[in-house]
Amino acid sequence: MAALINVPARAKRGDIIEIRTLTSHIMETGFRHTVAGALVPRDIITSFTCRYNGAEVFRADLFPAIAANPYLSFFTVAKESGKFEFEWIGDNGFSSTASASITVE
Amino acid sequence: MPTTRRQFLSIAGGITAAGTLVTLRPLEATPAMLNTAIRNVVGEAPIRTGKVKLDIPPLVENGNTVPLTVSVASPMTTDDYVKSIHVFNEKNPQPNIGNFHLGPASGRAQVSTRIRLADTQKVVAIARLSDDTFWQAVADVVVTLAACTEELN
Amino acid sequence: MRRARAIAVVALLAAAPTLLAGGIAPEARRSGYAFMGPETRAMQDDDSSNPGMLFVLDGETLWTRKTGGADKACADCHGDARSSMKGVAARYPAFDKAAGRPVTLGQRINLCRGNHQQAAPLPYESRDLLALSAFVAHQSRSVAITAGDDPQLKPFVEQGRALFVQREGQLNLACTNCHDDNFDKRLAGAPITQGQPTGYPLYRLEWQTLGSLERRLRSCMTGVRAQAYDYGSPELVALELYLMSRARGLPMETPAVRP
Repeated sequence: MAALINVPARAKRGDIIEIRTLTSHIMETGFRHTVAGALVPRDIITSFTCRYNGAEVFRADLFPAIAANPYLSFFTVAKESGKFEFEWIGDNGFSSTASASITVE
Repeated sequence: MPTTRRQFLSIAGGITAAGTLVTLRPLEATPAMLNTAIRNVVGEAPIRTGKVKLDIPPLVENGNTVPLTVSVASPMTTDDYVKSIHVFNEKNPQPNIGNFHLGPASGRAQVSTRIRLADTQKVVAIARLSDDTFWQAVADVVVTLAACTEELN
Repeated sequence: MRRARAIAVVALLAAAPTLLAGGIAPEARRSGYAFMGPETRAMQDDDSSNPGMLFVLDGETLWTRKTGGADKACADCHGDARSSMKGVAARYPAFDKAAGRPVTLGQRINLCRGNHQQAAPLPYESRDLLALSAFVAHQSRSVAITAGDDPQLKPFVEQGRALFVQREGQLNLACTNCHDDNFDKRLAGAPITQGQPTGYPLYRLEWQTLGSLERRLRSCMTGVRAQAYDYGSPELVALELYLMSRARGLPMETPAVRP
């Protein structure tokens, strides 16, 4: 399923840029019950990491209170051309990655 | 046992795409749990008010998806920056919402996400600075309900 | 809450003692967008933060994926959806000659699957059907709605209108009581809109997922304590058709975001 990544394609060196990510995930809280009374097991993304040319620039620990299809926006300084890599890790072995490139002038 | 208001709200808010799930939330984060969750992050350090700005609508249209932005007044240089931002709630089944780890490379100490609020309650954002001081902002959020709810099949 | 809701309903009944099928003049028609708060509007406005776009992206992938006994993709017949599907959703539900009645966009997708792809129909509200519908309808974003203009649809628009003004359920309310006569007022804290279906399938914060207009209609029916019509039933299709014809001229917004 899809993820939406928004990274500016170009930036000037030293610019502070906003990165936005949106990924498909149900974020089942683990606190809900079926009509029959059975607990619906938790199924959430627990961790998100953004690396910029290999170095971690942002990381988040997520809990069941994060809404379905998690949205995150954060900032970083454009220091050099290269690649942003995004990684979502969650319950039941969930793992998803995406990447985006940037040209820094 | 009569349905309490909170249980009814939970039923109203808990239907999934399949329409087969009912949410009853006997659990909720009590202020004591909120306090413990905060102390787990902060330890015994004092928490000061200021520097942190918590942007969340005071009256939200739906508690299932509430936009939230936390920003911290910081130069974000190598010797003076925000290490992390922690967001908590008072009345969800669990007090933690998210921990966000930043550094000087962030440039700006600001994060946005969307959260779930099971009821009208307090939201707390705490920032840990590079000198290991803690700063907080608190917001009260009123959660309204959708007028028409789905059938429980 | 139950008591508050009951009071709100009583107030509504008092405000509308006579059943008026008022209708809303074209220049007074307003999308549900106009009734939302700034945060929800912002979520819809920016494609990189609109969660409905996740489904549009999935639909784009499905559009080019070969499937069924015929091993054909939508794109094999329809080509680039950006041109071939532009404006299509603004005309749906549309008259289907073979069936002799209107079909929704979702039903059209399933007819295509059966007739041309030899594939099984996608279940109502399944992720794939919503994703394909959203991708197709997204191509009509900002196109003015013209559904119901086809003269063959006239009796079905009339049927939908009759259902719209018919009181039903334990609360004995018709759609028109809220959405023609009392929009801009509030019901249990939420604004009553005109019920203009401009952005379906749409991402509803309440649902935390994308959903069809039929799902929305069914939850309205449950709200007035009526037995909801089945997905795909002639009644729901007629209601959808009438609602779209009633929104004539408003621009499509798919994927809209609503509370």
